[in-house]
Amino acid sequence: MNTQDREITYREAVREAIREAMQKDERVFLMGEDVGRYGGCFAVSKDMLDEFGQERIRDTPLSESAFVGAGIGAALGGMLPVVEIMTVNFSLLALDQIVNNAAKYLHMSGGLFNVPVVIRMATGGGKQLAAQHSHSLEGWYAHIPGIKVLTPATIEDARGMLWTALMDPDPVLIFENNTLYNMKGHLPANPVPVDIDHAIVRRPGTDITVITYGVGLFKALDAAEKLSEDDIETEVIDLRTLRPLDDETFLASVAKTHRVLIVDEGWRSGGISAEISARIMERSFYDLDAPTERLCGVEVPMPYAGHLEQAALPQTEDIISIVKRMVKSNG
Amino acid sequence: MAEFRMPSLGADMEEGILVEWKVKTGDHVKRGDIIAEVETQKGIIEIEVFEDGVVEQILVQPGEKVPVGTALAIIRAEGEEERPETAEAKKTTPSTEEKKAAPEKPKPQPAIKREKRIRISPLARRFAAELAIDLSKVDGTGPDGAINRADVERAAAQAKKPEKHVPEQPPEKKERAAGFHEGIRKAIAAAMARSNREIPHYYLETRIDMSRALKGLEAENRKRSVKERILPAVLLIKAVALALGDVPALNGYWIDGVHRPQEAIHIGFAISLRQGGLVTPAIHHADLKSLDELMEALRDLIIRTRAGRLRSSEMTDSTITITNLGDIGVETVYGVIYPPQVALTGFGRITEQPWVENGMIGIRPVLTATLAGDHRATDGHTGARFLDAINKHLQDWEKL
Repeated sequence: MNTQDREITYREAVREAIREAMQKDERVFLMGEDVGRYGGCFAVSKDMLDEFGQERIRDTPLSESAFVGAGIGAALGGMLPVVEIMTVNFSLLALDQIVNNAAKYLHMSGGLFNVPVVIRMATGGGKQLAAQHSHSLEGWYAHIPGIKVLTPATIEDARGMLWTALMDPDPVLIFENNTLYNMKGHLPANPVPVDIDHAIVRRPGTDITVITYGVGLFKALDAAEKLSEDDIETEVIDLRTLRPLDDETFLASVAKTHRVLIVDEGWRSGGISAEISARIMERSFYDLDAPTERLCGVEVPMPYAGHLEQAALPQTEDIISIVKRMVKSNG
Repeated sequence: MAEFRMPSLGADMEEGILVEWKVKTGDHVKRGDIIAEVETQKGIIEIEVFEDGVVEQILVQPGEKVPVGTALAIIRAEGEEERPETAEAKKTTPSTEEKKAAPEKPKPQPAIKREKRIRISPLARRFAAELAIDLSKVDGTGPDGAINRADVERAAAQAKKPEKHVPEQPPEKKERAAGFHEGIRKAIAAAMARSNREIPHYYLETRIDMSRALKGLEAENRKRSVKERILPAVLLIKAVALALGDVPALNGYWIDGVHRPQEAIHIGFAISLRQGGLVTPAIHHADLKSLDELMEALRDLIIRTRAGRLRSSEMTDSTITITNLGDIGVETVYGVIYPPQVALTGFGRITEQPWVENGMIGIRPVLTATLAGDHRATDGHTGARFLDAINKHLQDWEKL
C-alpha cells in the first residue's frame, strides 16, 4: 500500500487495482488476449505474468465467446475472474455470453447462482484505430438488466472501482476509455475502494448542467473552465456508472440549473443520452427552462483520418458553443 | 326585460358597493357571465348574470352603495324589442361610449382563446402560475419567442412597479385591502353569533375506518401524475354529497321558521385565508361531479378564494358546509352551522388507531366525522343516518 500522495497514470492505476486484488484474494485471476507475455494490448498488465505466474495471468486464444464464457464458468465455480477484452468492439463476439449467460444466470437458476465476474474492456475513439476498433458501445450494455456498467474517468475511480466490482455478487462491466490510459493524475495516499452506484458533481455550477462520463468528463471540465470566463457557471456531472443510473444526482442538478446538455461519445439514436433525457422529462419536466440537448458522436463508422475522427467526436469547443447558445437564448 | 339586481351575498348582507362593470350598454351577455364586481364585507365578489340578453341600461354607477335588491342594470332578452325610448335616446344622443361599442366585434369565445398555444418552458409556466402573471402579456426572448423563467421574472418585476406610480389608482382600493381582513372578521362574527343565538345545535360523532378508501385512492393515484392526483378531502366531499342524497333533510335551509330542504346539493367547503378568517364557497352539484371534477373544482376554488376572486353564486348557494381541519392535526371538529343552513359536517385528521373488528384487533387509519345539526329542522336520528351513510359510501369508495 502506498502511503504517499502520488501522480500516476490511469494505466498504472488500473494495474495497481488488479495487482492489489490478486494479492488480497487468491480467487482473483486475470485472463484475456495478450494479457500475459505481451503485457496487455494497452500494457495494463505489463510484468504481471512474472509476478503472479501463468495460473493467474492467463493468455487466451482469440475467441471472445470462449474466454468470456470460461470467465463466467470460473465465477460460477467460486473464483473471482477479471476478464479483459481488448476493446468493446470485440465484445460483440461475446455478447451472447454476457447477455444470455452472465446477466441471466441468477434468474435462470432460480436465485441459486450469482456470477461475480468482472469484464474489463477499452472503449472510445481518438487513437486512429478506425471504424472497427473505436466505438463507444457501453450505452448498449446499459440496456441490459442483470449487469452493472462502470465507466471510471478519474485516476481514483480507475484505482478504486475494481475491488468494489469484484465484491459485487453479480457481473460488472468496466469500460476504460483508451485515450485515458496515458492521462496523469493525482492519487491520494492509501487509496481505498470506491462506490460504484453514485454519480458525482465534479464541478458545481448554477446556469446549466452538463452530464457526461468517461473522457467526456475532461472535455466538459475544460469547457466549464472557459465558460466561466464568460460568467456562465456550468455544473459538470460524472455519471461514473451507466447502469444503474443514479437519477437522483442529475435530477437534483436539473432542479438547480434548469438546463441540461448531455455529452456522450456514443451514437445519438437510442443511446444512453436518450435514456437520461427521457428520465429528466419524466421526472423533472416542470424544472426545465429549456429543452434538454445532447451532444453525441456523429452517426458514422469512425473515420481513420485524424481530422475526420476528431470531427466525429464531441469536442470541448462544441460543448462551449452549445452551452452558450442554450444559456443565452434563454435569458 | 329583466332587472339585474344587487344580490344578497350572505345571510347578513344588507347593502353592497358596485365596484366595477365588466360590460357596457349594448354588450351581449350570457347566463353565467361575470358582469360586475361588488364589494361586500367579505371582499370583492364577482357577480354573474342569470339571463341571456343585451345590456340595455346601466342604472348604478361604480362607487355607489345600494341596498340588496336594488336594480343595477336592465337586461333585454335576445330577440326582445328594444324599448322605444332607449332606442330613441340612442339615435339622438349616442354617448361616446356607445359609439365605441357599436363597431366592436363580438368578443371571441373563451374556447377559441384557449386554443392559442403559448410557447413557454415548463419552469416558466410554473413560475408564472405562482406569481399570477398573465402570460399573454409576457414577451418571450427564447428560441422562436419562447417564454422562459427570466422573461416571467421580468414581467413580475414590471407588474409590481406601476402600482406605486399610477396616480389614477383610486385611494379607496388601498383602504379596501386594509379593511378586507376586518370585513371578513365582521362577517364571520355576525354569522356565527346569529348561529349560536338562534340555532339549537345537536352534535353527533362517529369514527370511520378509512383503510379501504385510502388504499384504493393510493392505488389510483399511483397511476396518475402528481398534478392529477386526488386528495382524500375529495373523497370526503363526494361521500357527503352522496350521503345527502340518502338523507336529504340535512341539505337545505331554515328560513322564517320553515325547514326548506333543497334538491341541488351545493357543498360549502371551508377555506381558511392566509391573512386570517375563512370563506366557505360552494362546490355546485357535488353529487353529480366525478372525483376528478371535484378535485379540479376544489383546486380552482382554493386558488380563487385566496386570490379574492369568487363568484356570487359560490358565496350564496351552499346547502351544507364541510369543515376539514385534518391537515392541521386536529382529530375532531365540532362546527357551528352557517345560517340559514341546517347542518355542518366536520372532519379531523386521519390517524392510525387500534380498531376492533370481528373480535380481532388491528391498526387502521381512522377518521372522526362529526355532524352539527339544527335541532329545529332535524333530529339526532336523521343525523345518525347521515353519518352512517357517509361511512357506507367511504367503505364502498369505488362507487364514489
